[in-house]
Amino acid sequence: MIRVVLPHHLRTLARVGDEVQLDLNGSATIRSVLDALEQKYPMLQGTIRDHGTFKRRPMVRFFVCGEDLSLESPDTPLPEAIVAGREPFFIMGAIAGG
Amino acid sequence: MVGTRKGAFVLTSDGKREDWKVDGPHFAGWEMYHLKGSLADPNRIYASQTSGWFGQIIQRSDDGGKTWFQPGLAPGEPTTGPDGMPKGESNKFAYDVSPETGKPLTTHMWYDGTQHPWEFKRVWHLEPSLTDPNHVYAGVEDAALFESRDGGQNWKELPALRGHESGPRWQPGAGGMCLHTVLLDPKNPQRIFIAISAAGAFRTDDGGKSWKPINRGLRSQYIPDPNAEVGHCVHHIAMHPARPNVLFMQKHWDIMRSDDAGDSWREVSGNLPTDFGFPIDIHAHEPDTIYVVPIKSDSEHFPLDGKLRVYRSRSGGNEWEELMNGLPQKDCYVNVLRDAMAVDSLDSCGIYFGTTGGQVYCSPDAGNSWKPIVRDLPAVLSVEVQTLK
Repeated sequence: MIRVVLPHHLRTLARVGDEVQLDLNGSATIRSVLDALEQKYPMLQGTIRDHGTFKRRPMVRFFVCGEDLSLESPDTPLPEAIVAGREPFFIMGAIAGG
Repeated sequence: MVGTRKGAFVLTSDGKREDWKVDGPHFAGWEMYHLKGSLADPNRIYASQTSGWFGQIIQRSDDGGKTWFQPGLAPGEPTTGPDGMPKGESNKFAYDVSPETGKPLTTHMWYDGTQHPWEFKRVWHLEPSLTDPNHVYAGVEDAALFESRDGGQNWKELPALRGHESGPRWQPGAGGMCLHTVLLDPKNPQRIFIAISAAGAFRTDDGGKSWKPINRGLRSQYIPDPNAEVGHCVHHIAMHPARPNVLFMQKHWDIMRSDDAGDSWREVSGNLPTDFGFPIDIHAHEPDTIYVVPIKSDSEHFPLDGKLRVYRSRSGGNEWEELMNGLPQKDCYVNVLRDAMAVDSLDSCGIYFGTTGGQVYCSPDAGNSWKPIVRDLPAVLSVEVQTLK
């Protein structure tokens, strides 16, 4: 079971609370987490990564266990603490503006 | 219905238009570029919800704005179809580059004159069909026209517009390369007018299969060829439904008029103190009575002398009178954006506009007097009116 923390605006869009839980079929990677998230909450399609290219939207970032994985390959394996559900996978909107 | 930088608001009143109920914010924190109701079913409203972070969402209401949902995802419905596939396709705007249905055009002109790939950014304007509540058009940035025939669930580009041979010469305006105006001809279902900043105006007479630029007579000093076929920064176009061959345009600079469905234009700025501005609209019952909000210049986006004034022409242009009764006449430095003016269809025509300072003004007497409905909303992006009887 993977725990995912969404930014405020995506929580309201998906009508969920602070955290959602996902079951993955297979290995835990950035891609498989996002696939499962969009499968369960299709209203989030296109909000985290582009519809066509599946590239991360520029102002969205991924953090796990205190590390920024935003620039890593989508097929990067996630740490055991994420797989075991001890730590959540954070999806964040970048702080921008003044 | 008011779209703002931080949510949508629904303002409601009776026919007197004196006391108003303010409902919102809907979609708090999101940029609401445009909301518009269907003439065929006033309870059907479409809304463009967008964010620089999270992209484009289409919202729909089937109960006049009380509740909203993403088309294809009605509240309580399963989020996947019988095959297990997700149904949430309503925020997917994919340019059509297939050789079967369009030209595989992939670039337009960038600010520096080089070619740049088309990249979808947001929906600026939603225009519901005049007859079918499930049919709706979307004008988007980077400039293209999409349509949905299933209530906003699935979107398909009308690729012939972007595939026009002039496409590689289209260039973004200061606000991006947006298709912001969509006008449906009530007398000819095959005819649609659109306008793009900064490409100009285009018309189709065959339901979108082919398009022609309609910019003859426009003159723009800021482009290399002031009389070019495309490249003009058209800010907005208005059409009266009783007279669809007559169009009024607020260009970057200049108020223009066409009496032949856009085939030719002539300037009708007349005695305006400045002819820069964004919105333009027409009285519901007087097709020659038009309204603009003059703005000082393209480098100073606020009213002249800090005085907010609407100008009205009762003669289809050239002769303009200032309307300021009830509007701030000192220290006012707001702007009025291109989709932020609308009219109602009551006997005494009401005129409405919203400002970047968050005020929404109403004139229940065709512009003679004005009152703010609200003063402190987020910056207003769009205003649309539904007259419910």
